[in-house]
Amino acid sequence: MSEEGLVAGSGAGAAISSIGLTKRFGSVNAVDGVDLDVPVGSVYGFLGPNGSGKTTTIRMLLGLIFPTSGSHTLLGDDFLTSGALALSRVGALVEGPAFHPYLSGHANLVRLDAADRSADAGTVKTRVGEALDRVGLSAAAAKRYRAYSLGMRQRLGIAAALLRPRDLLVLDEPTNGLDPQGTREVRTLVSDLARGGVTVFLSSHLLSEVEQLCTAVGVMSAGRLVWQGELAHLREQQAKQVRVETPAPDAAARVLTAAGLRDVARADAIVTATLGDADPEQLVTALVRAGVGVRGFAVERPSFEEQFVGLTGEGFNVSG
Amino acid sequence: MSPAELPGRFFRSELKLVFRRRRNVALLTILGLVPVLISIAVKTSNRSSRGGSIFGGISENGLFAALAALLAVLPLFLPLVVSVVAGDAIAGEASTGTLRYLLSVPVGRTRLLTVKLAAILVWCVACVATVALMGVLAGLALFPSGELTLLSGRPVAYSVGLGRLALVSGYVVVVIAMVGALGLFVSTMTEVPVAAMAATLTLTIVSEVADAVPQLSAIHGWLPTHYWLQWVDLLRDPVRTVDISTGLLVTLGYVTVFLALAWARFGGKDVTS
Repeated sequence: MSEEGLVAGSGAGAAISSIGLTKRFGSVNAVDGVDLDVPVGSVYGFLGPNGSGKTTTIRMLLGLIFPTSGSHTLLGDDFLTSGALALSRVGALVEGPAFHPYLSGHANLVRLDAADRSADAGTVKTRVGEALDRVGLSAAAAKRYRAYSLGMRQRLGIAAALLRPRDLLVLDEPTNGLDPQGTREVRTLVSDLARGGVTVFLSSHLLSEVEQLCTAVGVMSAGRLVWQGELAHLREQQAKQVRVETPAPDAAARVLTAAGLRDVARADAIVTATLGDADPEQLVTALVRAGVGVRGFAVERPSFEEQFVGLTGEGFNVSG
Repeated sequence: MSPAELPGRFFRSELKLVFRRRRNVALLTILGLVPVLISIAVKTSNRSSRGGSIFGGISENGLFAALAALLAVLPLFLPLVVSVVAGDAIAGEASTGTLRYLLSVPVGRTRLLTVKLAAILVWCVACVATVALMGVLAGLALFPSGELTLLSGRPVAYSVGLGRLALVSGYVVVVIAMVGALGLFVSTMTEVPVAAMAATLTLTIVSEVADAVPQLSAIHGWLPTHYWLQWVDLLRDPVRTVDISTGLLVTLGYVTVFLALAWARFGGKDVTS
């Protein structure tokens, strides 16, 4: 059934595929025509500034809110017709963990499992135990959720997503509130799961995390998906830059401009420019010939962070 | 099949959630104390009571302690305890955020409403049964328990009286279930459980107040609470069924409307909590 679904669905080979997903709140388009394509087996980093529509998109993917227009498939199944079937193969952590405060971690997981019609009731104890063990919560299983620390709560949320073997995990800020060890553990966990063939849809604002874990990324800005594709691709796409450290920045800038480089910019003792087709060796020669003292010369790609800001725009204000 | 494999696992989980919650256990305990307190008060007061009324009958037959307790809790306390659980049904899950996880499990929205409603109904039965049972026990402990005279007519055996008490309890469960259905509907409209509880109780009280204003007599028959105390007809001999059946019909009508509203509201609601 699921195998066929994967082939027959409109997003063949896609764990998540959306067409023109749009959500309008009043007169504002919180999410505007998003076409997601999350390949099966990928770790997909879903990026975007606060208020860019990431969470609204995730909520639509899980059927918590209804799109104004557009549609999507989950694991090859059209969400409208067989969403429930697909959702049972999806583990989710959305906007932080949420559990009944007066129940223990263990009881909370049993409760969630009881709600799952397709879960095997006979194995619930084993599965809950394993899920707790996997996130390192076994020792605190009998404690009330109320007494959990932020990091323990986050772990329990991840355990809930792992209650059953899943084909897709939707993890919204999974390392939020975790200590450095916890963050590392979650990163290892996600890598392990991905190696086991699980597709992971990871929303995060930690770019380093995304850079380490993800094979594909989608970047949201002001409700639109402004970039999507393989991460390696995105990094390659970025134009190389030269960076010259010099006591005579004005002269250096003149030389670079004369050499036909664009986007020449200087700040104190540093001049940068887009390398383009120019040959870095010749640039150094030209600088030396012009009598510019060169303290340092580097060809580099901008950091992922700079690239991200380039895609989503500067500014601290929440959009939308 | 082990118990865990029986269908209705989610329903049983829901019952546990309701009946193991300390607040709810406390409410049930207080409900159970009402007939005990009434019995002790009657026992220790010096005033001689006359038969022919529910409170007056207690010293003649302990069974009236249960009836008197039902009469005492019906207007306010019973709607309150039902509002607390019903108002919490969806709004409580929304406020803790567990609603988004239940829905992405996935629990179908209709299924979630059905299970919540079933748990509310069980809660209504538990509340009424607690009052009735504790009333019977307190009555047996403190007062005579032989033949009793109902509100009108000749004396009947204690067992017949127990049967009537069961009928009365059943009627009270039905009318109080209306508050449960209202609470479930209100609960789908907010993420603040206390607001849902308060709104449910307020609407119930408004109906009771309107029922007490003579100038509004034209609409009295349509008020959901108008027939609440009609169960006294079940204590007559023979039983007067006219108003009882009207009461049941009106209640059923309101329950249907509230459930339809809850379903319509929740089915298409964006869950942003």
